[in-house]
Amino acid sequence: MQLHNLTIREASELLTSKKISSVELTQAVLQRAHDVDDKIKSYVTITDDVALEQAKQADERIAKGENVTPLTGIPFAMKDCISTCGVRTTCSSKILENYIPQYNATVTNKLADSGAVLVGKTNMDEFGMGSSCENSGLFPTHNPWDLNRVPGGSSGGSAAAMSASQATFTIGEDTGGSVRMPAGFCNVTGIKPTYGRVSRYGLISLASSFDCIGPMTRDVYDCATVLEQIAGHDPQDSTTYQLPVPNYTKDINKSVKSMKLGIPKEYFVAGMEAGVESSIQEAIRTYEKLGMEIHEVSLPNTKYALPVYYLLLFAEASSNLARFDGTRFGLSVSENAKDVIDIYLQTRHEGFDDEVKRRIMLGAYALSAGYYDAYYLKAQKVRTLLRQDFELALSSVDILLAPTCPTTAFKLGEKTSDPLEMYLSDIYVVATNPAGVPALALPCGFSNNMPVGMQLIGKHLDEQTLFQVGHAYQQETNWHKQLPNL
Amino acid sequence: MTQTIDTKTVKHIATLVRLGISEEEAQTFSGQFSSIIDYFKMLNEVDTENVTPASDIANAENVLREDVVKPSMSHEEFLKNAPNSERGYVKVPTVLGEE
Repeated sequence: MQLHNLTIREASELLTSKKISSVELTQAVLQRAHDVDDKIKSYVTITDDVALEQAKQADERIAKGENVTPLTGIPFAMKDCISTCGVRTTCSSKILENYIPQYNATVTNKLADSGAVLVGKTNMDEFGMGSSCENSGLFPTHNPWDLNRVPGGSSGGSAAAMSASQATFTIGEDTGGSVRMPAGFCNVTGIKPTYGRVSRYGLISLASSFDCIGPMTRDVYDCATVLEQIAGHDPQDSTTYQLPVPNYTKDINKSVKSMKLGIPKEYFVAGMEAGVESSIQEAIRTYEKLGMEIHEVSLPNTKYALPVYYLLLFAEASSNLARFDGTRFGLSVSENAKDVIDIYLQTRHEGFDDEVKRRIMLGAYALSAGYYDAYYLKAQKVRTLLRQDFELALSSVDILLAPTCPTTAFKLGEKTSDPLEMYLSDIYVVATNPAGVPALALPCGFSNNMPVGMQLIGKHLDEQTLFQVGHAYQQETNWHKQLPNL
Repeated sequence: MTQTIDTKTVKHIATLVRLGISEEEAQTFSGQFSSIIDYFKMLNEVDTENVTPASDIANAENVLREDVVKPSMSHEEFLKNAPNSERGYVKVPTVLGEE
């Protein structure tokens, strides 16, 4: 038994039956994290000391049988855009390379309260701006299935760390596919919850009206387990729902027979890799065998999702990133600065990489007088239509199924010279964020030896159905159990 | 109908967002911005007459609370990340220029 390959559920059973200790498990996972990180580079920071201390505390909790949750003693890694008090939080940007938060994100607090053990902070595209992890301002991450390929982005480090068993679960963040797209590329399960289900307090904002923190795990059951621990109302984030969090695993085994599965026809168009399409069709047949009714549905505004998403993201990111000015925290470049403006100009010039600069400027352009109506306001109107598309489609079926990406993981360097080409790789995952609906990504096969991902899209706040339908698939298939050779 | 975003416009936007920019960068961005903005123009195809722009995404309710003082981060703690400080304040060079 290799401790680093255990699911949360398996590890928790061994911990609570006292067959292993959290310290043993954590040491095994840390060892694994260090052993393969030279090749994969999932981690910005590995927190050996914090982890071993938290593991010791978890073992005490388990020994006393007090306040033991399904995550007590379980080692996890956190995307480096989520604040961890006393632990460097970089957003993979040179501007925050040495930034140490003085407070925890709500998600960090919730995981600490549940007894989970932080093994490190994972790499990402700088501030979440990218689809390959190559836009990290620090270094790129490699796909554990083929080191010459990207892990996807922006939560590429979290996806790769999960895939390579460098943590028992990881936390990602999905603004426009940043959990689901890399989950598909790396053969892991991950969810973008309903907007407002998980607190954003302490998350370093990219686009505040899209950002959703979500777990990345070995399987759907684990994903449900983690979401239950991190979801819920938070007085520090007024966009969180004041609703109780359901027990997501309670009905996860319920039959999916007679449930209605919608296939949005706009997601099956030219340009999809043959092996991706055949894997998705096979998944649909699996659901048919499980007794689900398959219906073709239409999301007519799908082709506009990408421009809507990017325009609004640029605008929101442009204002969110105004805080990085070199005066209060983070990098400060002040040589020969004659006034404070010089500090802003120099710090932002040196601290941000090109993609961040592009988005800040394009956002300001879309918001500027003369262009506001044509771009920003127009995008907000089409966003309303995108939302209505999902509402209408999901009024006739229980859930939608679509690929997470038209292709499998591409090669490092393949799309870095053309920003628009890189944006297009998000085509299947961006629409859910402007609409706010939840979506679960899970492995569904291989094409040319690289993993293929699919996503299930559900109604607002209906994560339970996503987990139920996703879990049913994983009872019938073994794709999610395939591990890369490292 | 292609609207090129020229280097002058790029530099103007860079000033607005307080981003230092070299001549070479302005040229690269000019080309990239033009193709991205041209791509976005496909939104013009959509009829949005009588469509209300989205303004919220989840809870459209006001969230209110009593305005009471609670403990927060101390000056000392806050200033740990400040590159330059003096007597409990963040220190920066001249804010108001001669212009």
